[in-house]
Amino acid sequence: MKKLILMFLLGILIFPLISTAGSLELVGAGATFPYPLYSKMFDEYNKEFGTKVNYQAIGSGGGIRQLQEMTVDFGATDAFMSDEEVKTKDGNEIIHIPMCLGAVVITYRLPGNPKIKLDGETIALIFLGKIVNWNDERIQKQNPDIKLPEKNIIVVHRSDGSGTTFIFSDYLSKVNSVWKEKVGTGKSLNWPVGLGAKGNSGVAGIIQQTPYSIGYVELIYAENNGMPVAEIKNKSGNYIMPSIKSVSASANVKLPEHSRVSLTDTDAEDGYPLSSFTWIIVYKEQKCLNKSEAKAKELVKLLKWMVSDGQKFAEPLKYAPLSEEALKIAENLIGSMTYSGKKI
Amino acid sequence: MRSEKAFRNILKISAVITTLLVILIFITLVLHSVPAIKKTGLSFILNKTWDPVQDEFGALPFIIGTLLTSVIALVICIPFSISISLILGEYFKSGIISGVIKGLVELLAGIPSIVYGFWGLFVLVPVIRNIQSEMDVIPYGVGILTSSLILAVMILPYSASIGCEVIRMVPGDLKEAASSLGANKFEVITNIVIPYSKSGIIAGIFLALGRALGETMAVTMVIGNSNFIPKNIFSPGNTMASVIANEFTEATGAVYLSALVEIGLVLFIITAIINYFGKKVIQHFEIKK
Repeated sequence: MKKLILMFLLGILIFPLISTAGSLELVGAGATFPYPLYSKMFDEYNKEFGTKVNYQAIGSGGGIRQLQEMTVDFGATDAFMSDEEVKTKDGNEIIHIPMCLGAVVITYRLPGNPKIKLDGETIALIFLGKIVNWNDERIQKQNPDIKLPEKNIIVVHRSDGSGTTFIFSDYLSKVNSVWKEKVGTGKSLNWPVGLGAKGNSGVAGIIQQTPYSIGYVELIYAENNGMPVAEIKNKSGNYIMPSIKSVSASANVKLPEHSRVSLTDTDAEDGYPLSSFTWIIVYKEQKCLNKSEAKAKELVKLLKWMVSDGQKFAEPLKYAPLSEEALKIAENLIGSMTYSGKKI
Repeated sequence: MRSEKAFRNILKISAVITTLLVILIFITLVLHSVPAIKKTGLSFILNKTWDPVQDEFGALPFIIGTLLTSVIALVICIPFSISISLILGEYFKSGIISGVIKGLVELLAGIPSIVYGFWGLFVLVPVIRNIQSEMDVIPYGVGILTSSLILAVMILPYSASIGCEVIRMVPGDLKEAASSLGANKFEVITNIVIPYSKSGIIAGIFLALGRALGETMAVTMVIGNSNFIPKNIFSPGNTMASVIANEFTEATGAVYLSALVEIGLVLFIITAIINYFGKKVIQHFEIKK
């Protein structure tokens, strides 16, 4: 009996050693937003090339932390890091490679489910608590065909730290100076009004059951749940319905080489103004922490595939694929990765 | 003899490990809170603004939210828990009815808190919202009262089962003596059973309070997560545990992360203080023999 238990324990200890010894496995962690797309991509990649990619959707902040601790081969984030943050102490650099685009939509519950139109200024004032009534003339003016009810607006926002909140607040900071000064941009905010709910599902749940509420969720979430979404006025003055096309279009602007740029309030004429890239982050110099050259090569191969063949998996899952401009920049960025100074 | 020694050593080691664990958790919390303590000092528990963007961290709304929801939950829970204890301890000591009631009450303790959260969100919240629309307050549905109600249901089994056990331990000869002096059932309960088991009932209530203070998931789902000091029981609020659960995963920045740990530390200390006072109260009410 004792021998049996001992054998069993020994087996448990040895098993993981055997299973990881043979094949090359890449490990990544980060944003939850692109998780369905990444898991589809990694699954297809595994079928095609036999390389296993293990991705943990622990959140953007966690992804950045894990990459900095060098416990993963790549991280993923919805919010880009600042110029100071990407530089490491030993002269290495974290580069951001755009993978696809996501968008934040304004969703609401009103009797009769009318389609409403809003501009950035109005959204900011609602979320600042300055517009408190649905039939406020600033909303009514943009929606002349709808009779809006004389009811208090119940504002719903995310209570957990999230890239969605980051994109939303980044947009409002650009279009409203009061918002910029009083609330600012971040994953968690000091909200002036409203109820907080955890996750897209929490916000959606509260909005769906609270009459006269308004809030924001990811585009994919609203589409999959058939929730009403508002058309939003972009910089060029057009009211734009969020869709895969209008989100992709928002990246058809001049982009910086490092791709760390906010696309909200885009200059693109037919672009939806609440769009954003989601990035995979890696070290530019791959020779760090005993990483083998073979592994670095494998990582580059995976990334190249993701921004070329892998892009076709985006649309069926309702993610917006990269625009042409963005694809070029992504390829250049992957090309700039090195292993002990040499191109990979 | 050897086996006895070994047994004693195992007991000793377990006791030391458990105590050590609590002390080590406390030390970890303190160490990780240092950056936040340095930056905010005492204003951490006095300031009412929680603004991660500006690196301003004041936990007062959460402290008040935690204490308020827990205490209201306790007030709602006490009459029910004492009634159930008396029913099980005095009226139906055994048999089918006792088995059913006891089993169901204990089952309440086994339901995962996320299930309570869902039930709260989809059943309780609409009910409260309807009441609020009738009362002419903004019909949020979620808020302090809703969380307190959920908490009251969640902590009920803890206080009720302890209450029931101590009531059953009241010596039969005391009750018989009272009956033979002409006391009816009601008088026996109010004059003999409750005074005798008071300290045990209170111990159960404090255990329940400790549980309410730390409850996270269910409360997060129905409290409204708004970082203001609640104006009334219908206002949305926030608790310490739910802020940690909400913001920990995406907290970037050393001070921010540390401030969240410090909330954990404050919660730890508040729980310790309440336990200490609980002990004092229990000692005060203990029957002096």
